[in-house]
Amino acid sequence: MEKRPVRIADELRAAKVVRAVTSERQLEEVMVDFWFNHFNVFAGKGDVRWYVSAYEREAIRPYAMGRFPDLVRATAHHPAMLFYLDNWLSAKPDFRVPVGPNRGRRAGLNENYARELMELHTLGVDGGYTQKDVTEVARAFTGWTIDRPQTDAHFIFRPMMHDTGEKIVLGHRIAAGGGPGDGERVIELLTQHPATARFVATKLVRRFVSDTPPPVLVARVAGSYMSTGGDIPAMLRTIFESPEFSSEDVYRAKIKKPFEFVASAVRALGGSTDAQGGMALARASAEIGEPLYQAQPPTGFADRGEVWVNAGALLARMNFALGLASGRYPHVSVELPALVAGADPGSPAAVLDRLLVAIVADQAGPETRAVLTAQLREPQITRLSPDDRGPANTDVAKLAALVIGSPEFQRR
Amino acid sequence: MITRRTLLKAGGCALVAYAGAPRFLLRAAHAAEASGKVLVAIFQRGAVDGLSMVMPYGDSGYAAVRPSIGLQPPRRGESERATDLDGFFAFHPALAPLVSLWESRALAVVHACGSPDTTRSHFDAQDYMESGTPGVKSTTDGWLARAVATRSAKSTPFRAVAIGLALPRTLQGDVGAISMQSLDRFDVRNGDDGTARQGFESLYEQGVRDLLHGTGRETFDAVKILKSARASRIAPANGAEYPRVPLGEALRQIAQLIKANVGLEVAFADMQGWDTHVGQGAERGQLALRLRDFGAALAAFAQDLGDKMSDVVVLTMSEFGRTVAENGNRGTDHGHATAMLVLGGGVRGGRVYGRWPGLAHHQLFEGRDLAVTTDFRTLFSEIATRHLGVPSAPIFPGFRSTQPPLGILA
Repeated sequence: MEKRPVRIADELRAAKVVRAVTSERQLEEVMVDFWFNHFNVFAGKGDVRWYVSAYEREAIRPYAMGRFPDLVRATAHHPAMLFYLDNWLSAKPDFRVPVGPNRGRRAGLNENYARELMELHTLGVDGGYTQKDVTEVARAFTGWTIDRPQTDAHFIFRPMMHDTGEKIVLGHRIAAGGGPGDGERVIELLTQHPATARFVATKLVRRFVSDTPPPVLVARVAGSYMSTGGDIPAMLRTIFESPEFSSEDVYRAKIKKPFEFVASAVRALGGSTDAQGGMALARASAEIGEPLYQAQPPTGFADRGEVWVNAGALLARMNFALGLASGRYPHVSVELPALVAGADPGSPAAVLDRLLVAIVADQAGPETRAVLTAQLREPQITRLSPDDRGPANTDVAKLAALVIGSPEFQRR
Repeated sequence: MITRRTLLKAGGCALVAYAGAPRFLLRAAHAAEASGKVLVAIFQRGAVDGLSMVMPYGDSGYAAVRPSIGLQPPRRGESERATDLDGFFAFHPALAPLVSLWESRALAVVHACGSPDTTRSHFDAQDYMESGTPGVKSTTDGWLARAVATRSAKSTPFRAVAIGLALPRTLQGDVGAISMQSLDRFDVRNGDDGTARQGFESLYEQGVRDLLHGTGRETFDAVKILKSARASRIAPANGAEYPRVPLGEALRQIAQLIKANVGLEVAFADMQGWDTHVGQGAERGQLALRLRDFGAALAAFAQDLGDKMSDVVVLTMSEFGRTVAENGNRGTDHGHATAMLVLGGGVRGGRVYGRWPGLAHHQLFEGRDLAVTTDFRTLFSEIATRHLGVPSAPIFPGFRSTQPPLGILA
């Protein structure tokens, strides 16, 4: 029994990896990853370990290519978020639990969800809310809790925990007695706010264009948000059709985050995997710096290169490249022969050419190409024929690992 | 992206290459000449409740606002309770391993310390404390990186090291800080016979001057030094036993780097799990368990280093404190001031520094939080100037302390 919750997160990680490697709907997978991280929950916190699979399946995936306000609503109601940011326990001041094992126990207001809802999910930290707004939003969400948390946990509004008084949120009056409508009204106010449009647009542009999002593009994407009510495909279209997106300045400007690096390496080597292999690849992602579903703070993982580029992580990337190309990950197969099919194994230069086409779309810089070409002279890379007359075989795995570990492949 | 750091590094590499010796050997030689002072910064991420870590039992307002999570005041001979420090403050009982350091005056506390910025966002407050520029988001580097960069130009890749998955904000900048999870595993492995390492090294040696290449170059220098110093083989000394938690592992490895003489000047580690909104606990419970690991790790580090601690200062910090009153769930929400610890050689320990602002309602910040009476930069800059010997102005730009120096270092 003790092991079961650990299995849940393990299987979720494996499924995420398998989807990332094999799914034909890559953009959808990218967006599920993006929104999960935006509405992060930490699988290691208490009951979240039981809810985290359902959270991604029910609150994130169905809306990942839908409308942003639906994501806010779905996460606000989900037991995983209610538990992670403690709203399930937040009650009107001096509430006393009337029944059950905690009968008589006092409870009261908890600001955790209210603050992060505004800071991280919608308005952004500079979105213009005050401490007073945090308290008022927390009051609005009192009573949003989890029914039967230990069995088939789901959302319930408990009127007796709810603070029925009037609330003023961002200058808007929410009349007394609104019940569960208070929280819904807050979500409406927040998701229609221009600061939310800007905040979401900034994060999307940072994800798809550059660590330093061009303000002009952010403004256009925020405009799409406001004119479509937060339609995600509309915002993505604005990004993908923008000149900034295809500008030379941002070509390969983004460093792949560890999970992206791992999945893209397997794909580049024509690899395939299953649930067990997925777990091994998830562990690799963790070693490189991104333990899946294990970001403890509500901010999730950062989306900037300098966070991922450091000595330890770079070595871990190289070690992963070596392990992957030489088939050291159980249940992860790579198709090196197919990648270099047709190239004369006795012609190392031809083998290298094939690998560069397959792995970095033949876009290796001249320095990288020169270094790799020089490597071909290493006896460990190019094995000579028994009579020492000429190259007989090329260590394709090692060469592929060098390409996967090269500076070019760390970028996208 | 070309940063000043990568350009400087590139210039340095070229010069050394002309000298004809492997540059890592030259760097190691430089390292041996350095002053040997080390600053270890520890970040308690999530905002530690300073009022439980160092309890102000002498404040008559304490018990009333914390009916279920408040600690019992210390009482002589009762080790289950908090340990009296000075007749007003007491250590949480889980910090028992630190008491002997307090008594030997190697350990000091700064209470009601924090940021002049009033944000209660974890992210922003951590960012400000790591950049050293509260309220200014555009600062690109961290204060610890600036402190190292301001010292002499002697260069070893191990000047600034973070133990952990990522390079923390405070070490980003022009010093080429290294982050690593484990000294043991810091190499190209996976059955490599040396060919792949050589290949990777060449790949990062060439090419454009950007963050990626710069990091790659530093990495391979570091790998060589670490191998020759055999740092990961150095066992804890003086019977020190580190708790088997990430902070214990981090401090154990920082001690290895110090003992291996690889030129360490600043080290960084962090610990999560201080965001106790629900069920914080009192003498026992969630926070007590965290504090136990925290205190045990610090105490083991001091014991392990023994006499070498005379060159080391450990500074603990957290982005803010927590609400003075407990919340509706026997926890605490985001607050303002907290307590920070300073441990090591030259520390005038056995004292709680900083003016105590009081817990009466009218004394609280915004009517709910412990007021800040010591700007964290007052403390940090004092340690930077007195311990690392660097001027304060470039490290904490725009900061002029309005309070007299704490005098926490001799």
